Amino acid sequence: MKLIRAIIRPDKLSDVMKALYQAEVQGITVYHGQGHGGETSAVATYRGTTVKMELTEKVILDIGVSDTFKEPVIQAILNSARTGDVGDGKIFVIPVEEVHRIRTGERDKAAVTPVTEAARSIYNSNPATHRMER
Amino acid sequence: MELSIGRRQLAGPALAAAKRLWIPAILLLVFAEGAGAQEAAISAADTSWMLISTALVLLMTPALAFFYGGLVNTKNMLNTMMMSFVALGVIGVLWALVGYSLAFAPGSGFVGSTANALLRGVGSEPNGTIPHMLFMAYQATFAIITAALISGALIGRMRFGAYVVFIALWGLLVYSPIAHWVWQSGGWLFTRGALDFAGGTVVHVNAGAAALVAAMVLGGRAEYGKRAFLPHNVPFVLLGAGLLWFGWFGFNGGSALASNEIAALAFTNTLLAPTATLLVWALLDHLRTGKITAVGGATGIVVGLVAITPAAGFISPMSALLLGGIAAFPSYFAIQWRSRTRLDDSLDVFAAHGVGGATGALLTGVFASAVANPITGMDGLLRGNPGIMIVQATAVLASFAYSGAMTFILLKLIGLVMPLRGSARDEGVGMDILNHGEEAYLHGDGAVLLLDEEINGSR
Repeated sequence: MKLIRAIIRPDKLSDVMKALYQAEVQGITVYHGQGHGGETSAVATYRGTTVKMELTEKVILDIGVSDTFKEPVIQAILNSARTGDVGDGKIFVIPVEEVHRIRTGERDKAAVTPVTEAARSIYNSNPATHRMER
Repeated sequence: MELSIGRRQLAGPALAAAKRLWIPAILLLVFAEGAGAQEAAISAADTSWMLISTALVLLMTPALAFFYGGLVNTKNMLNTMMMSFVALGVIGVLWALVGYSLAFAPGSGFVGSTANALLRGVGSEPNGTIPHMLFMAYQATFAIITAALISGALIGRMRFGAYVVFIALWGLLVYSPIAHWVWQSGGWLFTRGALDFAGGTVVHVNAGAAALVAAMVLGGRAEYGKRAFLPHNVPFVLLGAGLLWFGWFGFNGGSALASNEIAALAFTNTLLAPTATLLVWALLDHLRTGKITAVGGATGIVVGLVAITPAAGFISPMSALLLGGIAAFPSYFAIQWRSRTRLDDSLDVFAAHGVGGATGALLTGVFASAVANPITGMDGLLRGNPGIMIVQATAVLASFAYSGAMTFILLKLIGLVMPLRGSARDEGVGMDILNHGEEAYLHGDGAVLLLDEEINGSR
């Protein structure tokens, strides 16, 4: 298994999410951060204080996948997050020792494969327990 | 006793003569006004209410900034708010220099003159029963918010410089003439007896038409229709709507230009109409989605306020409740329709102000009542005066057509000289950084202080 960590522009998040869903990636974690990737720093002025903003807003995606899913995920992100300007971001592929799905206790490859239709229908029949499983 | 038609005060005998002879009271305006001017004196009560009203209406522009700001995403927050705030500067200065004169100085039926340019002759002498300069200041606040209203159709892509040039020219060449048509005693719609108590046509139809055309000329945001644009701060939307309502008591109540029973009527109607719109809007929300939304509630309040604006001093409070309830429907469905089209009128200025203003102006003709407002003594459709509907429709269509056409011409001309909008990449970064070099919600991490010599090097 691999953990794919992508650092992208915030305004590209919608495009990337769409591309990932089209590649049938089902599990994703998103968080916001700040970083510097060699892009030109914006200059801002607040009253008399002029500053160079060395850090820009970034969005970080963590996606746990089985090895067969690695390439489709990378291609999906590469194609959807690219603008061609400095600051488009990075993708890191990190080896993963173990994965456990908390709900079922499934582990490793079974835990990173998409949720089965049978399991999904259980959630849909009881919206109170429904959560972001995609 | 005084006769007040639109915004002019007339002496009592003229009213009696008009009723006796079945002459439209409005035709007597010219000589009646001359008679009234000699008796006029400043009233302390009227002056105090108009001082308060002016401050109330001025507050509506910052309120609008919060209403609009809450509806956009974080990276366009400051730009959206500044589009309203900059109108205070641009329109405020131009109003004093020449805008007031073009609107309210005597001139032709279509536009005023430069007689009061640079505020010549605008001093402490009475205009009606208040100092002339107070009338000018009160009207300035209307011109400011009307220009600011348009910005809701332009957010997220327009360059700030082009926007400033646009509202400056629009204020002088569109707002001032239309205000003259409807509110100045020589204006062509005024002399036809169009009823617009506080600006249904002058402010709302006018801004709504400009917003519709400007959104078309400018085109949508690069990602419009591909991804969702959601409000980033719904509490700000509610705060803005609440403060707009508060300010609107000055907008409508003050349009009586006096502290009298008509001001009380307009004030009461400004309270009641939006309450009904809010309820009907919530009901429509509930029927359509099963949930009553906060953004919908705030929108309903604003639509109710827009709709009662032309009618506030002409209809009874029960009619105002009815008007407010009815007015929810066209705007509600206009928003539903608009969001399915390619038209990026981002914050639905056309649906709320254009459609709401037109609905209000037409319903003013339906509900106008000489019982509710014995001073003007104008009856509407329901009280046997169908002719008023033609006048009201003329006022709506004329304002809409002129504002739309002029907005198109102005934006095309400005587009020849400077870019109207940023690139798709600029939109990705956001208008705050592109146009203002600031961010609304700043962490401050990673900000390196630049010394003077570095500033020159980095620009």
